[in-house]
Amino acid sequence: MQAFTKMTALAALLDRADVDTDAIIPKQFLKKIERTGFGVHLFHDWRYLDDSGTQPNPDFVLNSDRYTGAQILVTRDNFGCGSSREHAPWALLEYGFRAIIAPSFADIFYNNCFKNGILPVRLDATQIQRLFEEIQPNEGCQLTVDLEQQQVTTPQGHCFTFSVDPFARERLLQGLDDIGWTLQFKHQIVQFEGQYQNTAPWMFIQ
Amino acid sequence: MGKTMFEKIWDAHVVHEQDGNAILYIDRHLVHEVTSPQAFEGLRIAERPLRKPNATYAVPDHNVPTIDQDKPIQDPISAKQIETLRQNCKDFGVTLFDLGDIRQGIVHVVAPEQGLTLPGSTIVCGDSHTSTHGAFGALAFGIGTSEVEHVLATQTLQQQKAKSMLVQVDGPLSDQITPKDIVLAIIGKIGTSGGAGYVIEYAGEAIRDMSIEGRMTLCNMTIEAGARAGLIAPDEKTFTYLRDRPYTPKGELFEQAVGSWRLLASDPDAKFDTVVEFNTKDILPQVTWGTNPGMVTDINGKVPDPEKAENPKDQQAIKAALEYMGLIPNTPIQEIQIDRVFIGSCTNSRIEDLRAAAAVAKGQKVSTSVNAIVVPGSGQVKEQAEGEGLDIIFKEAGFEWREPGCSMCLAMNDDKLKPGERCASTSNRNFEGRQGKGGRTHLVSPEMAAVAAITGHFTDARSFEKH
Ligand code: SF4
Repeated sequence: MQAFTKMTALAALLDRADVDTDAIIPKQFLKKIERTGFGVHLFHDWRYLDDSGTQPNPDFVLNSDRYTGAQILVTRDNFGCGSSREHAPWALLEYGFRAIIAPSFADIFYNNCFKNGILPVRLDATQIQRLFEEIQPNEGCQLTVDLEQQQVTTPQGHCFTFSVDPFARERLLQGLDDIGWTLQFKHQIVQFEGQYQNTAPWMFIQ
Repeated sequence: MGKTMFEKIWDAHVVHEQDGNAILYIDRHLVHEVTSPQAFEGLRIAERPLRKPNATYAVPDHNVPTIDQDKPIQDPISAKQIETLRQNCKDFGVTLFDLGDIRQGIVHVVAPEQGLTLPGSTIVCGDSHTSTHGAFGALAFGIGTSEVEHVLATQTLQQQKAKSMLVQVDGPLSDQITPKDIVLAIIGKIGTSGGAGYVIEYAGEAIRDMSIEGRMTLCNMTIEAGARAGLIAPDEKTFTYLRDRPYTPKGELFEQAVGSWRLLASDPDAKFDTVVEFNTKDILPQVTWGTNPGMVTDINGKVPDPEKAENPKDQQAIKAALEYMGLIPNTPIQEIQIDRVFIGSCTNSRIEDLRAAAAVAKGQKVSTSVNAIVVPGSGQVKEQAEGEGLDIIFKEAGFEWREPGCSMCLAMNDDKLKPGERCASTSNRNFEGRQGKGGRTHLVSPEMAAVAAITGHFTDARSFEKH
């Protein structure tokens, strides 16, 4: 998993509340056997005019030129509600988003973001409104998201602080996914296995 | 103070603990074709090796056809998932019980049969009914795809400790009720979320009386009560079952293991967070009428009347369920006509289940209005049943005799209900659409399913002559 420390990047606005995981990645794309290849289907039903995804919908904000290459998404309440599918963060990440800023997130989605190297930032609704007001008229507007300091800063000098669970923050700063975190204890696992082989040798298949 | 069996197994597997999060060592990891592809891919992307190939065993089951298994699979997605499983097993050195191998079958039937399930072990699989293995005194539970990858990479899992519940089932196990009836009655009483946050240990006379197969049925459905896992203390029956299975320890090592397994049972002074008591004398053959396993009554019961519900929420739930199920309030259960019968799934597809159903079917004919299939849980169960002539009994009575797999338990292959069709099923979930879009599922024991096949409606299996 890629670490997240501090990034300055183009921010895109998605002015909708309750964006659910079905909108993020519709269920017809879940039958894949891979964990990659979801980025092109991100927001499929909004993003394309046809089922096969060849005709971009010119009215969908993320299709506008000004947002090409955006890595930060600023959006509204309850982002990521719906099913627990991990395909949603996979799709967002593959599309290029590393940070999502919203007033609130659905619980499972919020946790799944950390598992996959995306930083979800909660700011209050008035702060989000200020971000919308600053970014909207300023094409190319870049935000700085600093996980170390837990701050979002804007070109006009606004600075908003946020907080995340220290345990999750630590993992993201180091780029450790659950597996990475556990593997820090590799030594203990090996040691445990050695002792266990002595006390319960019958558990081991040769 | 003494320890519960759960605590003993837990404590023996904690590698590290921090802020209530434990890294738990996993003894056996079972893998099937549907929930594993992304996990293996994750390993490849991160360039991580499979930590312990000889603790990892794979079998295709969810998707496989139950007719012509030797021919190429028609459905392209199923074919691709099974092919991917083969490739992953090859690339990572995992033992695979492939189609055509007599050891293939439903993962929760196969692992105990092969002796992979051992008392005191931790077992995981990307499938919620992994709880089945608790019948041997193993701590066994289902996990998600990210966790599958975590176990593949580390042979451990991050876990928070569950609470413990004791379900005491007193009274003897007569031939009048089956383990399926007992577990449905338990879920009916404690509810589908009654076990949430708990590991349930079963104890009492009825549990001691139960065969290993019956205990598996009980632990299998524990997940339907919302619990993490079910557990039953191993005893002489367990040891006899396990002796000389392909993957069990042999000779002196087996005796040594048994010595340790005898100490697994909860200590007499162990404290459970919750205790619930049942008595077999209060339990009759069960039939579900709704769209979750807790919506259940007995064979002398009636379809409930939403008007008599205790609160508006229940009333709403009953109404919605009856609408989906196409049932009229107050209809006696015995008057419900069925179209299909499914005898199979990891709940009830072992040899004992097939024997029980065959004892009912012998010399009888399936009702002309019913289509009935029997799907053995594994190639070995199938072979054993055929050795005992059960296939002949079923076929002569008009049941279809199929090849092993999950089949109509979740209808991922061609075995599906059509919209509106009503099925007496020995599986574990009666959710909307579980056996096919618009299909109506009634969960019952193998005996009750077989009797219903013959009479065309739910009938008390106790009054039915068996051979
Ligand atoms: S038989 Fe049904 S419940 Fe059991 S593993 Fe297969 S799909 Fe799951």
